[in-house]
Amino acid sequence: MAVQHSSPTNGATHFHEHTSSRPPSKPCEPCCKLNSILQLGATSLLVPQCYPAPWPTDAPTSLHGYIQPGAAPQPMNPMVPNTYQPNRAPYGPPPTGPPPTMKPTSPPTGPPMANATPPPPKADEPVAGNGPQAPNSYNHVDNKMAGPPQPGPPGRHLGHYPSLPPGYQNTSAPHNATPPMHPAMQAATQPYTQAPQPYQQPPVGPGPAQLSPSLAAMSLQSSTPEALRVVNLLQERNLLPPSPIPAPTPCLPQDLQKINCNPEVFRSTLTSIPQTQSLLNKAKLPLGLLLHPFKDLSQLPVVTSSTIVRCRSCRTYINPFVSFLDQRRWKCNLCYRVNDVPEEFMYNPVSRSYGEPHKRPEVQNATIEFIAPSEYMLRPPQPAVYLFILDVSHNAVETGYLNVFCQSLLDNINALPGDSRTKVGFITFDSTIHFYNLQEGLSQPQMLIVSDIEDIFLPTPDSLLVNLNECKELVQDLLKSLPTLFEKTMETQSALGSALQAAFKLLSPTGGRMSVFQTQLPNLGVGALQSREDPNQRASAKDIQYLSPATDFYKKLALDCSGQQVAVDLFLLSSQYCDLASLGCISRYSAGSVYYYPSYHHQHNPAQVECFQKDLKRYLTRKIGFEAVMRIRCTKGLSIHTFHGNFFVRSTDLLSLPNVNPDAGFAVQMSIEENLDDMQTVSFQAALLYTSSKGERRIRVHTLCLPVVNSLSDIFAGADVQAITGLLACMAVDRSVTASLSDARDAMTNASIDSLSSYRQSVLTIQQPGLLAPACLRLFPLFILALLKQKAFRTGTSTRLDDRVFAMCQLKYQPLAYSLLMIHPALYRIDDLTDEGALNINERTIPQPRLLQLTVEKLSREAAFLMDAGTVIYLWIGRNCNPTFLSQVLGVPSYAAVPDNLYLLPELDTAESQRTRAFIGWLRDQRPFFPSLHIIRDESQQKASFLQNMIEDRTESALSYYEFLLHVQQQISK
Amino acid sequence: MAFTFAAFCYMLALLLTAALIFFAIWHIIAFDELKTDYKNPIDQCNTLNPTVEKVKKIKRVKIALKLVLPEYLIHFFFCVMFFCAAEWLTLCLNLPLLAYHVWRYMSRPVMSCPGLYDPTTIMNADILAFCQKEGWCKLAFYLLSFFYYLYG
Repeated sequence: MAVQHSSPTNGATHFHEHTSSRPPSKPCEPCCKLNSILQLGATSLLVPQCYPAPWPTDAPTSLHGYIQPGAAPQPMNPMVPNTYQPNRAPYGPPPTGPPPTMKPTSPPTGPPMANATPPPPKADEPVAGNGPQAPNSYNHVDNKMAGPPQPGPPGRHLGHYPSLPPGYQNTSAPHNATPPMHPAMQAATQPYTQAPQPYQQPPVGPGPAQLSPSLAAMSLQSSTPEALRVVNLLQERNLLPPSPIPAPTPCLPQDLQKINCNPEVFRSTLTSIPQTQSLLNKAKLPLGLLLHPFKDLSQLPVVTSSTIVRCRSCRTYINPFVSFLDQRRWKCNLCYRVNDVPEEFMYNPVSRSYGEPHKRPEVQNATIEFIAPSEYMLRPPQPAVYLFILDVSHNAVETGYLNVFCQSLLDNINALPGDSRTKVGFITFDSTIHFYNLQEGLSQPQMLIVSDIEDIFLPTPDSLLVNLNECKELVQDLLKSLPTLFEKTMETQSALGSALQAAFKLLSPTGGRMSVFQTQLPNLGVGALQSREDPNQRASAKDIQYLSPATDFYKKLALDCSGQQVAVDLFLLSSQYCDLASLGCISRYSAGSVYYYPSYHHQHNPAQVECFQKDLKRYLTRKIGFEAVMRIRCTKGLSIHTFHGNFFVRSTDLLSLPNVNPDAGFAVQMSIEENLDDMQTVSFQAALLYTSSKGERRIRVHTLCLPVVNSLSDIFAGADVQAITGLLACMAVDRSVTASLSDARDAMTNASIDSLSSYRQSVLTIQQPGLLAPACLRLFPLFILALLKQKAFRTGTSTRLDDRVFAMCQLKYQPLAYSLLMIHPALYRIDDLTDEGALNINERTIPQPRLLQLTVEKLSREAAFLMDAGTVIYLWIGRNCNPTFLSQVLGVPSYAAVPDNLYLLPELDTAESQRTRAFIGWLRDQRPFFPSLHIIRDESQQKASFLQNMIEDRTESALSYYEFLLHVQQQISK
Repeated sequence: MAFTFAAFCYMLALLLTAALIFFAIWHIIAFDELKTDYKNPIDQCNTLNPTVEKVKKIKRVKIALKLVLPEYLIHFFFCVMFFCAAEWLTLCLNLPLLAYHVWRYMSRPVMSCPGLYDPTTIMNADILAFCQKEGWCKLAFYLLSFFYYLYG
């Protein structure tokens, strides 16, 4: 009764809150932290959140009061009780009062009703054909979803929560509760979308008729119960799924989704694109793309044709998402221009039939490669040219890397990608620059020393770069003699700048690849650097300085290189500070890659040596593309805001990549410039034009198609938490360089606070206590915390400046799959591997242990655990570890006998050993670099670095996961 | 004698402001060209081939970006003139811009040569938008001050 009394006023205020809070977004603007903070300035964790009309001001008893008005405009309230009850069960059964009062309350709320009456058909539109039948159709869905034997997504997700405490398991299939909730959300959000954009009504009104049945069916699932299932992060502990999380699937009609681009290649942070920028701002999630365009693909259709069909106005390549108006005309899906289908395109070479342009491979594959005709060439394809620049100062010889390098190159010299024209050259340097004349006809390599490093010149420009096939023997001679040549050197200085200038001169006519091996701070001639790191500041919680370059010499040189199609790859092997922040620029702007081996030494650090060897092998033999450019096009209305990765941005949508390698990833931030009204899908196309090492000009085209949505709940349902984390990491790296590290850390925290509070305020119709997140974002705070504890962004823990900068580089240019492991390592228990649920690849059985949470709580002394942190794998052995494991896998009789520095698993002929090695080998095979294995005991020195990855635990300087959640919750409820 | 030093200052400032307006327009055009580069049909046809047209355009953009320093110097110059002529009001009007110029030059990216714009970051949508806005604001300021000097 009391509820009913209060309802008119309550309803009215409620209505007010909504209409005034939504469209205005004015009061919210200052707290659009994600957008304002990551882009503009001024951050503080404690920025007061000025959400309008604070809900908590109402008496706590009025919890039900909120429910009613939220549900009031919604005509299908008979469903509502069903909706909430199962969901709320764990928090105590709701008072029996609310459901019956629901109906009575709706009439008094006059204004909202008046406003809300138009929406219902609209709300139904994506769900089912017409209003009155809607409840039935929900029921129908319910039944379908609730059926436990039903395979597919719901079933799969069920499997994710086997370890829920009984209290949660009561809610058995949470998703069968949520689908009916969806219309409620829609109805609740409707007034807003409607109020600011009344003009949307016409296209949407008659909607059902326009939608193809399949799209309607899909968007029915777009209210994917699972993704939006409300999770109280403070109560549910085991959120981490037992196996790696798959990328979410965009809600597209099945026939489109089937041919959509592979998420490993092309992924969006939001699989449903918001219709307007203001909607995006409201969701407070970053919109962006993550690309891995040159990924090694096992299956790639290649098309050779004299004309490549492209849109006449925006030059988009024809792709599976264009529409054919008739046999002769197609409509571009990016600019909507109608183009003619050329005569040749009518013939389908695959099926050898005529008149079926839509069956061509170009229209059947979202990833395709074209062999480009000569119009796409700036100059005739150049040969593959590889120039190696080696540091041979005393310090370098001391580390002993030359041996490894020369041996690797000798081993792989025939595997270098290229054709009969491939050229190689060598330059070594200390305080002088040494060139090697390898001209055919010489009996042995000739060393030419240039000591004038101020004004560098090439002694014999023609014979320094030689054809690899013709002069292979000389090259091999040189590689055999190089390590001994400088054995006794006492030269400690390093004139890297001049060596790079010389190399640039040498390569500028043809372009190509420079590989620079550097072991110390360059301290002579141009580009000399000073040590800027203060070791005492490594652990400081204050701001980290010197993340930006000290000089622009390397950047300018990189831009020159980029202009001449030269890429510079940097291998940094050093024990001391090398100022990677400055040196890294040389690779960053010339689209190279950076490898860093801290404390490299041929004797003292065998793990690093193995790592270097394996990386070098991959580096020398991997695919390479020269003179590349990548253009990213998107549907009209969207525009590119910022790029992340290694490249030079030549134009708003064009990246200049002198070299492109299969291990490079890119990220793109997008913004919505024009409203995407009456579009059902948008597309993104990345076209990579490159010269292969065989001298062929090729274009690799990836097209991604995503649906457009106009409600916040749909945006949240389509959020891809991994991609969001990856993009936020890139943005935070930029932030820490341009502003400060603490700024970046605050911005990341705010990103999670903002999006969750936006979810709570705009999507949730019921206000429960606790920290609520949609199921698809349930790992978001965890990933953010992981980022805060990542080497790149952590404070308070001693971190060398170079390590930090390198971690930042990696976050920027690694493809998402690899950077995710660096952010949130995977922990497995491996002393009890079984073949249950194992994968079978190439006749090898690979066991699949469960992923564990990163907390010491999960460790046990009786077991052994494997932690996969991307670039390094730790095998931690508990003190009382199962003796069978010790003897069968490690080949030692007891725990005490485990050697201190163990980097290899012995190849024992036991089932356990085979399983373990198969599993580690499988983990390693999944990535292009070689993670070294560290076997550590409880008292090893390495233990600290192992434990640092225990993200959910508390450290001296950082919050535990639970504390972080509390902090987030506190900020949200503020 | 009507023709005092102050009057001379105003005349000189008038002429120089005209030049500055010209610079500001050039600045705006340069950034607009950078932004709408992809809409250039010639560029669209050949993603790589730099045609004569394009090379010319790139040069023009570069020149425009180099005009920043002269602009600052000219503005500084007539501020000093006004200071000498003890035209306090006019000086006060110009001081904010002068301070802005100093701040802008101080906070420029690390560079070994004079200049404000870093080619590697200029394509960022935020920076580009900021520079465009800056150009428009300056144009407005110079236009207003042009008329102020004319009638002052």
